[in-house]
Amino acid sequence: MSLLEIKNLHANVNSNEILKGIDLTVNPGEVHSIMGPNGSGKSTLAQVLARRESYDVTDGSITFAGKDLLEMKAEDAACEGLFMAFQYPVEIPGISNAYFLRAALNAIRKYRGEDEMDAMDFLPLLKEKMRLLEMDERFLNRPVNEGFSGGEKKRNEIVQMAVLEPKLAVLDETDSGLDIDALKIVAKGVNAMRNKNRSMILVTHYQRLLDYIVPDFVHVLVNGRIVKSGGPELALELEQKGYSWTESELAGARR
Amino acid sequence: MITATQSSEKYSEIFDQFGSRTAAQPHWLQTLRKEAFARFAETGFPTTRDEDWRFTNISAVSNTAFELAGIERVSKEQLMPLGISGFATQLVFINGLFSEKLSTLATYGKGVKVASLAAQLASDPASVEPHLGKYLNLQRDAFCALNTAFVEDGIYISVPQGVVVEEPIYALYVTVPGATPQMNHPRNLIVAEKNSQVTVVEDYVSLGDGVTFSNAATELIAGDNASVQHYMIVREGEGSNNFSTLRIQQGRSANVATHSLLLGGSLIRNNVHPVLAGEGSECLINGLFMANGRQHMDNYMLVEHASPHCDSRQFYNGILNGNSHGVFHGRIIVHKDAQKTDAKQTNRNLLLSDDAQIDTKPQLEIYADDVKCTHGATIGQFDDSALFYLRSRGLPESSARHLLLLAFANECLDRMHSTQVRDHLEKLVVGALPEAAKFIGKRSAEGAERNLEEVG
Repeated sequence: MSLLEIKNLHANVNSNEILKGIDLTVNPGEVHSIMGPNGSGKSTLAQVLARRESYDVTDGSITFAGKDLLEMKAEDAACEGLFMAFQYPVEIPGISNAYFLRAALNAIRKYRGEDEMDAMDFLPLLKEKMRLLEMDERFLNRPVNEGFSGGEKKRNEIVQMAVLEPKLAVLDETDSGLDIDALKIVAKGVNAMRNKNRSMILVTHYQRLLDYIVPDFVHVLVNGRIVKSGGPELALELEQKGYSWTESELAGARR
Repeated sequence: MITATQSSEKYSEIFDQFGSRTAAQPHWLQTLRKEAFARFAETGFPTTRDEDWRFTNISAVSNTAFELAGIERVSKEQLMPLGISGFATQLVFINGLFSEKLSTLATYGKGVKVASLAAQLASDPASVEPHLGKYLNLQRDAFCALNTAFVEDGIYISVPQGVVVEEPIYALYVTVPGATPQMNHPRNLIVAEKNSQVTVVEDYVSLGDGVTFSNAATELIAGDNASVQHYMIVREGEGSNNFSTLRIQQGRSANVATHSLLLGGSLIRNNVHPVLAGEGSECLINGLFMANGRQHMDNYMLVEHASPHCDSRQFYNGILNGNSHGVFHGRIIVHKDAQKTDAKQTNRNLLLSDDAQIDTKPQLEIYADDVKCTHGATIGQFDDSALFYLRSRGLPESSARHLLLLAFANECLDRMHSTQVRDHLEKLVVGALPEAAKFIGKRSAEGAERNLEEVG
């Protein structure tokens, strides 16, 4: 059974139609990359998957782990095993990273009928994941994302993902703004989490990320529709020819 | 309801009776008290026509015939639910009067004196005379005048030159409501001499919800290069009116931090008045007020820069729910000689209900020409993107809101130096939150609608 099945998805933001009929199937263990130019609807798709309420789904369906995702609130989707790494992680002054993440993990455990984890058990787990992302332990007690550099914020997203162990991770432009060293660290963290049950959707503008996290499938999103799908080689082709290539091809197909 | 004249007569009567209770006080103090009372009788209570009281109607105090509270028997068990945890020195006052039985006094040595003001006045009045009443504005402030007229007891702390008192000195002021409305006037004096260091906590509580009026005043003198941390907690009962003034006098390079936490009480007025009198002194004015129901909390800051190169930082956060009303009045006066003043003021408020109200007013009076003064105020609801971020990690909406409230409160708690005091305050804040969270839970559907409207 597929983990995620998106059918004919249409979505509006501020009454403008951004997604105009997306179809996508993701099976357990698969890594899909969604590439596209600015304004193509990549981030909208990620936000809809994460159940942001201000994104209005007007048509279509999304089935996640056998359940209707569009019936879920953001917190329910998270508890069912969906995780989105934010393009712009939010700063929350006044709450430490460790406190926040333990509260999140326990909310998910509670939803699944598991026992809550106390600080004694949680801290070693968090420290282990932080080491994986080469984050200093002082970030444990720093307020969530406050005063973090761009790269530290992105790494912190992957630490959260590693702790929450989702079935499906949606990485929204996690590579944007990272230098090559930070990109390698993030990729190492993400690759360490790949397994036959965990699926990922990498939303990105640049092919560079895919040198380090090699996807199984690449989809090109243009103007709210997937115009081309293929293997990892498609990303390279895109890099060489640019997005205008797919746009003209799409125009050709329509004619 | 009583009229102003009746009120004035009533207070005269009480003041005369009080004279017999304090006949043993030194002559200079009796004179000070009489002058203060005369001034109070002359001015009476302020009204909302007075600019400093524009947002706060005090008729609940001025129209009530309060009797002076007397000695009450209170047991240690009665204090248990108040959650006071292991301070080496705990001074307990019942209705403003020191209770030796309930207090614990650590021994200090090195000339440090921690005592009840009444005991200090009896044993060594000459140590009190140079300071008491020298800093409060008895001419213009009716509540300080009234407090001074009824000076009897409170804390007395004196730290000699160069001495560091590590452990916080904690004072608990317990108001015990009676069958009829009662008042008490705690008076505190803290003198930290040159190069000394001390931390003081004032915690105001009630045993019950009857009508009371606590009118406290503290004079805090920080000598040259002294470092003083002052904490003020107001968590009295539903029938309480709590008025307090903290007047701080800072010497050269003195560093003072004042932290206020207002939680409980029907009507609260929190006056903080530091005077940066010595060159290069610094003051942090930090506060958190959390109001619900019909509570009214008025924070009146008056920061006076009187010398060059002084820094002041004001940070006040308000969380207002129900039909509550908050006030932040941040007045900064930079005197003519106070060049290179750096004064900053920030007041942030969260309104959790449609009927909650906040009045925030900066007031800068600058008479020097080379100064930096900034002020900012925000009034808002929850940050939508923060809420979504937390929910996207699995936290239910009610928990996410709860966590954001705690985060907002933590901004103030994180400025506190003493971990022991901070832990005490954090417990109180967390204890006060669930009520708010419950209320928010009911509003969540409505809130979500509003957010969508904003986006659409």
